[in-house]
Amino acid sequence: MARELQLMKGNEAIARAMIASGTDGYFGYPITPQSEVMETLMAEKPWETTGMTVLQAESEVASINMVYGGAATGKKVATSSSSPGISLMQEGLTYLAGAEIPCLVVNVMRGGPGLGTIQPSQSDYFQSTKGGGHGDYQLYTLAPASVQEMYDFVFDAWDIAFKYRNPVLILSDGAIGQCMEKLYTRDYIPRWTEEERRKNAPWGTWGKPATRDHNIITSLELDSARQEVFNHKLQAKYAEMKEKEVRYEMLNCEDADYIIVAYGSSSRIAMKAMQMAREKGIKVGLFRLITLFPFPTKQLAEVAAHVKGILCVEMSAGQMSEDRALRPLRRYHPHSRRGPGGS
Amino acid sequence: MNQDIEARKQELLKEGYEEVYTRTKVLTDAVMHYCPGCGHGTTHRLIAEVIDEMGIQDNVVGVSPVGCSVLAYNYFDVDFQEAAHGRAPAVATAIKRLNPDTFVFTYQGDGDLAAIGTAETIHAANRGENMTMIFVNNGIYGMTGGQMAPTTLVGMRSATTPYGRRVDLNGYPLRMTELLSTLPGTYYVTRQSVQNPAAVRKAKAAIRKAFENQRR
Repeated sequence: MARELQLMKGNEAIARAMIASGTDGYFGYPITPQSEVMETLMAEKPWETTGMTVLQAESEVASINMVYGGAATGKKVATSSSSPGISLMQEGLTYLAGAEIPCLVVNVMRGGPGLGTIQPSQSDYFQSTKGGGHGDYQLYTLAPASVQEMYDFVFDAWDIAFKYRNPVLILSDGAIGQCMEKLYTRDYIPRWTEEERRKNAPWGTWGKPATRDHNIITSLELDSARQEVFNHKLQAKYAEMKEKEVRYEMLNCEDADYIIVAYGSSSRIAMKAMQMAREKGIKVGLFRLITLFPFPTKQLAEVAAHVKGILCVEMSAGQMSEDRALRPLRRYHPHSRRGPGGS
Repeated sequence: MNQDIEARKQELLKEGYEEVYTRTKVLTDAVMHYCPGCGHGTTHRLIAEVIDEMGIQDNVVGVSPVGCSVLAYNYFDVDFQEAAHGRAPAVATAIKRLNPDTFVFTYQGDGDLAAIGTAETIHAANRGENMTMIFVNNGIYGMTGGQMAPTTLVGMRSATTPYGRRVDLNGYPLRMTELLSTLPGTYYVTRQSVQNPAAVRKAKAAIRKAFENQRR
């Protein structure tokens, strides 16, 4: 499929981007408001076209471990879910991070805690950017604000995941997942050939040829000194991401007296508020976060130094505005508008 | 040390001795951590011999999750994944589905396969996943020091049933082999033992059959 203008839901865009980006496998479990991801994949039958495997698992616990098994053979494997299901996946995610397995996980957030609600929310910010599971690890976290970005970020996710051997999280929400917007599709990227897999993932477990040692995928290290060395290696990887892979968007920040900091669907609302303020002559700018980890701390601080005030807008009780990454801004007395999602 | 053994072997062969049995190359030289008397060493060897005899060392992926066999990847000279506790059947499902020509096996204990991973076990079997699950049942959680497992027999003492397993407190031991045999997706399920040479031979034949069933 070539570049083409289409109208579709955010969840459908995720599914179509998976097929178009050469994804090898998807394993999922139904949960509102993201069930259209697997429904679209099943309806499209990509196993008949690109050869992509799609399987409905018995639980989110199983689906994230299927991602582990499949991705550890050096293939592009993904799953998607919504907040309660993502909570169930936290064990799998820390194993994936600990074994340094590239993969893609999509969270179409809904309100919590507990079973919460099926309405949109952004209250998984801490879970996504501050660990979630046990141990010192980070997921590269992308926050799409449009159906187009739902689609595009799937392609970007594979580049980052394999470059850093790290899981990538697309942190969306029920509003972006469910809304329909126009979308430009991309040219199909074929799934990797056997040669490409072996070149791009020499660490993968696909059967040991006589020419190399056996490849082992594990997050276990009983020697604590070696585990410490490994953790330093992980931290160096995250530091490199902070240095090289930060993404953000600045709108009208050059002359702004005030800036709004937001991501995902909140940034869409903030954009409209910015336009309305500008019409009234109030110089408001928008600093939109695209990567939540790594957080654009340095870039945001540079902007914040020249404004009178900062407004953090998010659909949670203030998780993003409480982020330590925003600490350098406190001296500018930011006022945080806090409101939990799902209402 | 291994060079010494190899040198001595060559000497003996020159003296006219015949080699009738040797350790399979599918096992590494690593010293196993298993407790004396445990059947893991034997079971490892049987699987390794089957892989060797089938000539599939370059086309097999093993999965061992948490438990006594968590370090199995150090002993098998094949590509190996260590999985989260109980999740090996899910992990292996994806390995096989994405690599249908590769032989895939899991190596799981009773706490892993029959307690924390019961759902993954039953659903993988019921989907008819084309893979081999080796279930090593010692009736106990060995790695953590001998607590009650789902397969601990009634009356059997363990670290968490110091006066013996009581049905009124702990229920009955779970009979996984019988349970799995009732599922339409299960192709071959058998219970074997490694307690004497005759049993070891039968167990090896069963492992061979379970691996041969993966041929497409």
